[in-house]
Amino acid sequence: MLHLDHLTLTQDGFSVTADWSLAAGARLALLGPSGAGKSTLLMGLAGFITPSAGRVLWQGKDLATLSPAQRPVSILFQDQNLFAHLTLAQNLGLAVHPRLALSTADRARVEAVLKRLGLAGYGPRKPASLSGGQLGRAALGRVLLQARPILLLDEPFAALGPALKADLLGLVSELAAENGTTVVLVTHDPSDARRFADVVGMVHDGVADAPVATQAIFADPPPALRAYLG
Amino acid sequence: MANRSLQISAWALSGGIAVLVLGTALALALQAKGVGLHPADWAALRFTLTQAALSTLLSCLLAVPVARALARCTFRGRRALILLMGAPFLLPVIVAVLGLLSLYGRNGLLNQTLQALGLPTVTIYGLHGVVLAHVFFNLPLATRMLLNGWHAIPAERFRLAQTLGLPSPFRHIEAPMLAAVLPGIALSIFLVCLTSFVVALTLGGGPAATTLELAIYQALRFDFDPGHAALLAGVQFAICAVAVSLAARFTLAEGLGLGLDRAPVGQKAHWVDAPVLALAALFLILPLVAVVADGAPAVLQLPALVWQAALRSAVMALGAAGLSVTAALILVQAKVAGAAWVEGAAMLPLATSGLVLGTGLFVLTRAFVRPEALALPVTVLVNALMALPFVFRVLLPQARDLHRTYDQLAQTLGLCGGARLRWLTLPRLARPLGLGAGLAAALSMGDLGVVALFAGQDQATLPLVVQRLSGAYRMDQAAAAALVLVVCSFALFALCDIGGRRAAP
Repeated sequence: MLHLDHLTLTQDGFSVTADWSLAAGARLALLGPSGAGKSTLLMGLAGFITPSAGRVLWQGKDLATLSPAQRPVSILFQDQNLFAHLTLAQNLGLAVHPRLALSTADRARVEAVLKRLGLAGYGPRKPASLSGGQLGRAALGRVLLQARPILLLDEPFAALGPALKADLLGLVSELAAENGTTVVLVTHDPSDARRFADVVGMVHDGVADAPVATQAIFADPPPALRAYLG
Repeated sequence: MANRSLQISAWALSGGIAVLVLGTALALALQAKGVGLHPADWAALRFTLTQAALSTLLSCLLAVPVARALARCTFRGRRALILLMGAPFLLPVIVAVLGLLSLYGRNGLLNQTLQALGLPTVTIYGLHGVVLAHVFFNLPLATRMLLNGWHAIPAERFRLAQTLGLPSPFRHIEAPMLAAVLPGIALSIFLVCLTSFVVALTLGGGPAATTLELAIYQALRFDFDPGHAALLAGVQFAICAVAVSLAARFTLAEGLGLGLDRAPVGQKAHWVDAPVLALAALFLILPLVAVVADGAPAVLQLPALVWQAALRSAVMALGAAGLSVTAALILVQAKVAGAAWVEGAAMLPLATSGLVLGTGLFVLTRAFVRPEALALPVTVLVNALMALPFVFRVLLPQARDLHRTYDQLAQTLGLCGGARLRWLTLPRLARPLGLGAGLAAALSMGDLGVVALFAGQDQATLPLVVQRLSGAYRMDQAAAAALVLVVCSFALFALCDIGGRRAAP
């Protein structure tokens, strides 16, 4: 279980608070207008911001002392998920071993993940030579190899257009289900939330509300969601 | 949040720089003999300030029409001319002085022409010669920095001025830009001229044209009076520190950057532009041509001593470049990771000069070691330190970019320490690292300052050999050695710069 215990995160004078928990294996969409604090919350979970109050717990353990790399968390950023000067195989290899000292078995793992994502044979290519959809899948390969129990997605694939984005989110669902991954997706698009998440949490005016079942929240929107949907 | 070992190295390094710069200043203050300056010292102070002010004023005034012409003209060779404007920064001062002497000296082209026309000849020695040399170095630097200012004006603004029917865009568009940019340029040029040693050594001299730096050298080298040298070095440090703290508010060395070869936009050329550019190009090219023409015939007859000195200088230059780039890389990474104070440490060497540092180190160490024993290592260290502010500035924009783009990704992957250096930092910064190393190597190769204080007969660097040869009026050999020196400087620069570009992804 992911537990945000009276958590306050502050960044550049702006604060967001949260006090709720999320069951392991759940898929949560954080929905809200830009500037509400969604990304700040995600950065706090990933370990880039130290809480100014409260705690983040995973399976009962406080994450405060863990660096981003030590947390049970992987993250897909909006962009810049791959190093542009390294090949796909090197990029994915870094997720296996940060010194890139890869055994034959490690290499086979990387190749297997590339194949699973429809990128077989793309290992020696650099990111600049890939299409947007291929880049998205390669980035997913990176988090797949990191094999962390929690996956954070910060408005991913936003630049790709609706159809491709839906495809990739479908792929994320599939992979998360296979591995029992807990997913937190930040989005400003209600249709992403509908399609992808079992629970939705509204973030508004620096407060992240406790998650509510997706069907229930859209059937009877609370005032913040109603205002957001317009 | 930043890597701990990086944080610690940045602290240690900044401490080391502070100890070197401020420690030598303190040592000088304690050693200074007497508090009063001799009349000759006052004259040196006055001359230092006068020549620096005049050189700055002329460089800036002349750079305005040149930069304006470059900003609004398209012609074949424009890129080459802008590239040429970067050359004097890398040109060893002693070489440029020989080039200028060959044109404007006693038997130079100018005087030969005047004689042929039956006109009285002119002398290059004294204030106007010093100013001429400083304008030769700083006019191109000022032009490149100003060109940045012109490029920063959006083309739409010039079009707006045209639609509004303004008679000239100068008052409302260009004048405000100049007002914003010129003070910073002027201060950085003033600073360069304050610490000019070789120009004063070769073109100045005598009671009427001695700078503080030259006076320090004379006090140490000829009068063997460390107390007096310390006093002068203290004065020099004080005026530099004042100038650099004023200049700190402006960005330095903007003209060193790349990307100046963009096509001009928004303005039509004016008839004055062509003659302005032609004159500026001649002013810059002729001394270089003179160096090649004078030096080429005797290059193959140069004594072995010159080639040994060249090798020694090149090895020292690469050592200084390695030190400087390593230090700058550590400091710049700490800076972009949030330690803002680090920039102060990187800029601190601007407050001193090679000669002041050298004098301070001499005063500190003379009880324990012979100066000759330290001459070469101290020169490498001082050169590395003096290049540091420039290398730091060259690295900063791209290091900042790298941090913004990839720091979070690197953190989630646990990429740190040596692995981060190998897989992320070095490949992404290869280009500015190469450029920075090239600048440091060329500056160090051509430097004739601290080594002139210490070096024994058999420890000469190439610039020192050139200076000794020309001091002994063996002008053919001096010119040939100068040609070797300038080729070495540019070759080292090109080697590092191209190496960086090749290594870049």
